[in-house]
Amino acid sequence: MKQFLVFASALALSAAMAEAKTFVYCSEASPEGFDPAPYTAGGTFDASAHPIYNRLTEFKKGTTEVEPGLAESWEVSEDGTEYTFHLRKGVKWQSNEKFTPTRDFNADDVIFSYERQGKADNPWHQYIAGITYEYYTAMDMPNLVKSIEKIDDYTVKFTLNQPEAPFLANIAMPFASIVSKEYADALDAAGTREDLNNMPIGTGPFKFVAYQKDAVIRYQKNPDYWGTAPLIDDLVFAITPDAAVRLQKLKAGECHLMPYPAPADIEAIKADPNLKLDEQAGLNVGYLAYNTTMAPFDNPAVRKALNMAINKQAIVDAVFQGHAEPAKNPIPPTMWSYNDAIQDDPYDPEAAKKMLEEAGVKDLSMKIWAMPVQRPYMPNARRTAELMQEDLSKVGVSVEIVSYEWGEYLQKSMEAGRDGAVILGWTGDNGDPDNFLSVLLSCDSAKEGGANRAFWCNEDFSKLLKDAKVTADPATRTKLYEDAQVIFKEQAPWFTIAHSTQYVPMSNKVSGFVMSPLGDFTFETVDIAE
Amino acid sequence: MVRFILSKLLYLVPTFLGITIIAFSFVRILPGDPVLLMAGERGVTPERHAELSAQLGYDKPVVMQYFDFLGRLMQGDFGNSLVTKKPVLAEFLTLFPATVELGFCAIVIATLIGVPVGVLAAIRRGSWFDQISMTAALVGFSMPIFWWGLLLIILFSGILGWTPVSGRISLLYFFPNVTGFMLIDSLLSGQEGAFASALSHLVLPSIVLATIPLAVIARQTRSAMLEVMGEDYVRTARAKGMPPFRVIGIHALRNAMIPVVTTIGLQIGVLMAGAILTETIFSWPGIGKWMIDSISRRDYPVVQSGLLLIAALVMVVNLIVDLTYGLINPRIRVK
Repeated sequence: MKQFLVFASALALSAAMAEAKTFVYCSEASPEGFDPAPYTAGGTFDASAHPIYNRLTEFKKGTTEVEPGLAESWEVSEDGTEYTFHLRKGVKWQSNEKFTPTRDFNADDVIFSYERQGKADNPWHQYIAGITYEYYTAMDMPNLVKSIEKIDDYTVKFTLNQPEAPFLANIAMPFASIVSKEYADALDAAGTREDLNNMPIGTGPFKFVAYQKDAVIRYQKNPDYWGTAPLIDDLVFAITPDAAVRLQKLKAGECHLMPYPAPADIEAIKADPNLKLDEQAGLNVGYLAYNTTMAPFDNPAVRKALNMAINKQAIVDAVFQGHAEPAKNPIPPTMWSYNDAIQDDPYDPEAAKKMLEEAGVKDLSMKIWAMPVQRPYMPNARRTAELMQEDLSKVGVSVEIVSYEWGEYLQKSMEAGRDGAVILGWTGDNGDPDNFLSVLLSCDSAKEGGANRAFWCNEDFSKLLKDAKVTADPATRTKLYEDAQVIFKEQAPWFTIAHSTQYVPMSNKVSGFVMSPLGDFTFETVDIAE
Repeated sequence: MVRFILSKLLYLVPTFLGITIIAFSFVRILPGDPVLLMAGERGVTPERHAELSAQLGYDKPVVMQYFDFLGRLMQGDFGNSLVTKKPVLAEFLTLFPATVELGFCAIVIATLIGVPVGVLAAIRRGSWFDQISMTAALVGFSMPIFWWGLLLIILFSGILGWTPVSGRISLLYFFPNVTGFMLIDSLLSGQEGAFASALSHLVLPSIVLATIPLAVIARQTRSAMLEVMGEDYVRTARAKGMPPFRVIGIHALRNAMIPVVTTIGLQIGVLMAGAILTETIFSWPGIGKWMIDSISRRDYPVVQSGLLLIAALVMVVNLIVDLTYGLINPRIRVK
């Protein structure tokens, strides 16, 4: 019977699809699951958190600004440790063949969504064996959140252990998506708890319809969506891992929009009259991190000299094929508090040579680590390292290029006493400068398990970050981060390489797509011309 | 015959155990571990790393882990994926029909073209047909699959627009998964045009996957035919004035088929290897692509159990080939 029902609804759907507006997105990876909390991949969030769910706060489309989501408004206590959220009323949960909601979204759902991640004794903490909540942990939520209380059905109070300025941005991230407690209870009663991850129910613009592993995900417009209704009726993800094949599909009209084109294809896409290309500065940075605890790289003058010996523009031209902006700061120019007054170190091999001599460095030989994988912030680390090797040889520094398998690279590059400078990068999670500076450059992260691969610990710099983190006033925070960037530039723990440009090719028929600085792909505003 | 089958089956036991060891060690020999890869650029503290490893059971000595793995296998438990958290067997069964469908079409194409070409090349030894077909076979055998697939896509889907670029069926069709074989399910769905769509999606990937086996089969058929045609009984048949068609069809081909059938059987393993690249390029949701993803994420349970399941299947297919061999050539089963 069930099989028949599925079949009947499938038939009805495919009949309707002929007339309905169907938008096809050639996504690059299979989702790990549809519950956003236990996963970390952007491709998973594009398939789960963004179409299906909402959060208390949301990023305003196309920006990293925080705006009201399922919370209509909020108050923050004087000392910055208490957040009282007033929840939106009349928000409907979606339904599926197994579940029809009897109530609207309320405070119970919020508490459930957070406590299942934060409390090890919550019955849903391990609803699938071996599940972990890596983003919740990574954003330091276990140490940050003291309690979450329900004041009434539409008011929730979060109490923090200490003030945290990026808190509102943190809870706009996919891991903080709000799931239905009523649905969870129904699944519990039916003994099919893992369906929370397989057959998601949310409050978002699209309803989940079906997933064929590694092939297709189907969604339908949510007719009861509380926000602006989507313009398309059906959303389909055609999972296509290879970038060249994605482009062929786009050209053949098998999909309307694709992520991550190969840099080499950009010019051809621009030339194609049936396609258009959106572009935007990426919220990322690629860098070369010296080991600042090892001589002679513990001397800022030496690091500065090496930075001046490398031709940054040549790397941007050759490796990024011009599709990037040379980086002078550790945060990208699209991020608030970016200090544009800072001058980049000039490319000047002669001066560099002299500075090295003055620092008493002769016949220096060093290693440069080139990562084995392509990332959005670094299309070809090996080539980058080769260009650096060539430049540095001109000032008498001999470079040996080394590489390891990716997992090993990540691990070994954080081992104390590491020999050599490491090419790596970062893509922002929530648009807050703290998410770059503290994660990548603070004293706290300069140890095994952190991500400060320069092992650079500057007390003044870290103090500025700590102050900024507990300050609520944006202007004061901006000043603190600007000052921090000045120290960074003087001390030169990295050679900052580039902020790569992100491209989204799409069919000419597509309108209304808004690129996200966070790299999310969302479709509630897109439309297709007939 | 029963004794023959039993003896063959008995050989499978040590082979299977050997495969469990290889499958288990293979992914662990690779540097890097799943916890590190999950953490990415952010890194993971040693404490959290230990905690997660313990949760996954990777803090125990490797030998213990192996016996745990073997113990669970005995109970039919293939473990759960670290990434999707779903049972490996369930994922395998979901994806396997797609690979079988593709592999089946590929082997059919390879056999239907490879055997006649080989026979013809052998009969017309030294002719232009022989030279061209055998050169083409050599080229096909050394074809880099990824490049070849992309080339065909650009030509047939991009420029000519004859075939779809990738996937198993047009996204306009949506029907329940009954058998997992798209050709069958599309017929069962009763939706107009669904079967044709599924078939057209199979054309390019099958050709790409068939390329290497086709080359091998054609060359093997040719050399087997040449050898058989030099035999006394063929010469005798000819001398008796038997029509050439009968000589080749009955006397030569049947005997030449013995090594060819073995070759076709061995191509099943080659197909699995080819499927990895073919499935990736054509976004074909099969086990080849699944294996590659899992290896790059160090999804230990998927890689070890997946390899085991694939190996077991290849073993079964080879067993069937051995038995067929026995059917074609009675002398073998007597021995």
